[in-house]
Amino acid sequence: MTQSLLHQILDYANRADPYPIYEELRKTPVHHEEDGPYVVGTYYEIRSLLHDPRISSDARNLASTARDPLAESAQEGSALPPSFLRLDPPEHDRLRRMTNRPFGPPHSPHRVDGMRGELRDIVAGLIDGIGDPGRIDLVEEFSYPFPVTVICRLLGVPREDEARFHTWADTIAASLDPDPDADPTERGKESHEARMQLGMYLAGLIEERRKKPGDDMLSELATAKGPDGAMTTMELLSTAALLLIAGHETTVNLVTNGMLTLLRNPDVLQRLRADPRLAVPVVEELLRFEPPVQLVPQRTPLADIEIHGVTIPKGASLWLVLASGNRDPQRFENPDRFDPDRRDIQHLGLGSGIHSCFGAPLARLEAQLALAELARRLENPRLLEDPPPYRQNAVLRGPRHLPIACDGIRP
Amino acid sequence: MNGDASLEQLRREGRVVIVGASLAGLRAAETLREKGFAGSLTMIGDEPYEPYDRPPLSKQVLLGMAGADRTALPRRRALDATWRLGVPATGLDMAAGRVRLADGDEVPYDRLLIATGVRARPWPHAAEAELDGVFVLRTRDDGAALARRLAERPKRVLVIGAGFTGSEIASACRERGLAVTVAERAAAPLVGALGGVVGAVAAELQREHGVDLRCGVMVTALEGDATGRVRAAHLSDGSSVETDVVIVSLGATRNTEWLAGSGLGAGPRGIACDAGCRAFDIRGIVTDDIYVAGDVARSPHALFGYQFLSLEHWGNAVSQAETAAHNMLSASSDRLPHLWMPAFWSSQFGVNIKSVGVPTLGTEIVVSQGSLADRRFVGVYGYQGRVIGAVAFDHARWLPFYQELIETTVPFPPPFPTVDRRPEGRRPVDADFPDPSVPTHGPTVTLSGYSPADRRMTFTPAH
Ligand SMILES: Cc1cc2nc3c(=O)[nH]c(=O)nc-3n(C[C@H](O)[C@H](O)[C@H](O)COP(=O)(O)OP(=O)(O)OC[C@H]3O[C@@H](n4cnc5c(N)ncnc54)[C@H](O)[C@@H]3O)c2cc1C
Ligand code: HEM
Repeated sequence: MTQSLLHQILDYANRADPYPIYEELRKTPVHHEEDGPYVVGTYYEIRSLLHDPRISSDARNLASTARDPLAESAQEGSALPPSFLRLDPPEHDRLRRMTNRPFGPPHSPHRVDGMRGELRDIVAGLIDGIGDPGRIDLVEEFSYPFPVTVICRLLGVPREDEARFHTWADTIAASLDPDPDADPTERGKESHEARMQLGMYLAGLIEERRKKPGDDMLSELATAKGPDGAMTTMELLSTAALLLIAGHETTVNLVTNGMLTLLRNPDVLQRLRADPRLAVPVVEELLRFEPPVQLVPQRTPLADIEIHGVTIPKGASLWLVLASGNRDPQRFENPDRFDPDRRDIQHLGLGSGIHSCFGAPLARLEAQLALAELARRLENPRLLEDPPPYRQNAVLRGPRHLPIACDGIRP
Repeated sequence: MNGDASLEQLRREGRVVIVGASLAGLRAAETLREKGFAGSLTMIGDEPYEPYDRPPLSKQVLLGMAGADRTALPRRRALDATWRLGVPATGLDMAAGRVRLADGDEVPYDRLLIATGVRARPWPHAAEAELDGVFVLRTRDDGAALARRLAERPKRVLVIGAGFTGSEIASACRERGLAVTVAERAAAPLVGALGGVVGAVAAELQREHGVDLRCGVMVTALEGDATGRVRAAHLSDGSSVETDVVIVSLGATRNTEWLAGSGLGAGPRGIACDAGCRAFDIRGIVTDDIYVAGDVARSPHALFGYQFLSLEHWGNAVSQAETAAHNMLSASSDRLPHLWMPAFWSSQFGVNIKSVGVPTLGTEIVVSQGSLADRRFVGVYGYQGRVIGAVAFDHARWLPFYQELIETTVPFPPPFPTVDRRPEGRRPVDADFPDPSVPTHGPTVTLSGYSPADRRMTFTPAH
């Protein structure tokens, strides 16, 4: 018997190349099996659902009968209140607005750009630290530590605490990516423990920043006096945890997928080496071609809605497969070609609508600087394994290791 | 066969003339070249500048964040055009296929695009309009002069007319810490474009930001001092306002006078064209070599009962220009209809306002998301039981959904729950537009009936 489409999406055997399954998925506007989730994979339908005010991101609107095989891994599983990723307006808007005040325009137009120098230093430091150029695991040695360091600097975690922060972040990230051989209850306990410790650490830091604020984001959030007032400590904790989690695995995968794709397209790698400005269109095309968030599983309609004659009932679990929409030939010419010269590139890689990626400007800058610098400094880089071994996770999809070799590392 | 050959010849060595070298004119020219037009291209513009962008004039430029001379429109590609800048077109000979210029030159065309836009309606009393300190805002020169004057920190600025432009000007002045009075004939700002329910929100917004807002009044006279500088304005309620800067923001007049007597269907409401952007002549017959785009055009829209719409919208100018350019070079079966969904944005007093569809057609409004009191909401307009338009205050990300509702003619009020629906969102209320038979300076979308011939309308000055 052939496997159901849903199983194929989740099946680890398809992790290296899920795109043929998505092509199958796009043949029906809404895919639904038995009591499983309703799965949408075509560009225009996904985009309209992301802008549809009848669709909720709040798990409390899910009918108790809705079955979602991803529900467990998506659980934030802690005592914290839901972060704005899992809230609807007006709470979503209020928290996102308050978080944005110290982060982006109009109030803080220079926060991200102001980190450029620091990001360059982090990237340079990580590349300097690479051991044997003959065998590099790009994930371990570069992509993995990079975003956690960035979030630490953004939030204002003192340098001496960064190492502890990395440990918690790694444990939490690992719980999002269950290793089939590990004992699940043990994993759950570890991750719970890490969340508790992280929460306690952040609570302490917030307390300190309230007394002696710096110019970091956490200080500004902790002492905010904007029109929306201040966040409660609990809200602040979930927001800080959200920034860490939403900005970690995603960025790891963007950078890793990026290097993998460049190594598979040596002409583009060559062009990027010659002209670092190409990093901008390269990263956009990557977000379309190999998006780190393959699908958003956490949506549910507030009323029965109809899409091309299929009714998605109120309270059902709804998956929007962004990575499939990004390869929809109805939207993109030659969608399976990696082409940084594409001019028409409104991809879904960072979502769309009110939940569209909050960290997008930072994520883009991180990936641009990282890829441009890797292209410049690695001499004659090549893949040692293709495809590389992937993580379990079907949602936050990316290589677990990216073994590469090069002849040397330029200064 | 024959047709193909002549089209081929047109593409290779034809003469295209574009009158109006601004947003629509430039985008049309670029599209022509993109589509492989290799013939001669002449751009005629009465302003001495290369095409520039107007929206920043009432925003960044007045805030002193960008010079008026730094608003040049980004170029998509090289044009290889002959530019006749600083010279107005003064006449059109349709039979001979020639445009007459003010300097006596005549420019022959095989295809003509008219994109002469609109100009600011001046203060109706000429002598008062001449006073030093009285401004309008439409051009780069207007913007530069006004920005200079605001930088001298006048004691009070009076804005006459609280449509989008007037409100944006008031907002910029407040942001610069200047005292501002706004005088508006209607009961609230933005009423002409968005109706009284939303207008009331705009009024609160202005007052909260310290604007001295006076509604339901008209400015009856401007008074100058001995040196010819404006010093006060007199209002219909008997009061007066001492002021050293007056900005007249009473809407726009279509630039069609130069076509008088040409036989083209051009009048005070603009130039009528079909969905393919081809101009009508005064007999209501569509021409085949004259096209229209941008603010000066009025064109029928399938979604709004094929009534002629005039849109003063940036996005419409771009889209219509592209369609006109495409159609100019195409055989009739390859032509495209101009089906742009009206959309407009404005930023004022820290709020991003955006609308889709034709709110002015709406008789009712329902707040489907958020709340008027928070000034963060989506208002949906209904007309004859269907959704016809929507406006968002700081909620623009939801608008694509409402655009779809309009396109698919969903019933009004929309019969489903939405996130963040408040008690006020349960029942539609009268949208409270002013009597449509009284033209106002407010709306940015004007419906002008079914007739391509339009020379009857007379504008009754509001003030
Ligand atoms: C201050 C301001 C703020 C705005 N803000 C917004 C906004 O926020 N959002 C939005 O959607 N829209 C906004 N608009 C409207 C937008 O700028 C217009 O829709 C757009 O400029 C229309 O382009 P157009 O090319 O059709 O006409 P225009 O830009 O008016 O250009 C017409 C050109 O033709 C020239 N011309 C006229 N007669 C002749 C002649 N006889 N011979 C030669 N040349 C001639 C004119 O001088 C002008 O240069 C704003 C406009 C202004 C003035
Ligand atoms: C390459 C990296 C990234 C990718 C591909 C990515 C992708 C996404 C996507 C698809 C969403 C939408 C989720 C939904 O619709 O439910 C999202 C939301 C979000 N992202 Fe990112 N992200 C990246 C990096 C970051 C970074 C670096 C940060 C933090 C600094 C961040 C913070 C957030 C937050 C807070 C949200 C929730 C927004 C909301 O609900 O309003 N992301 N991201």
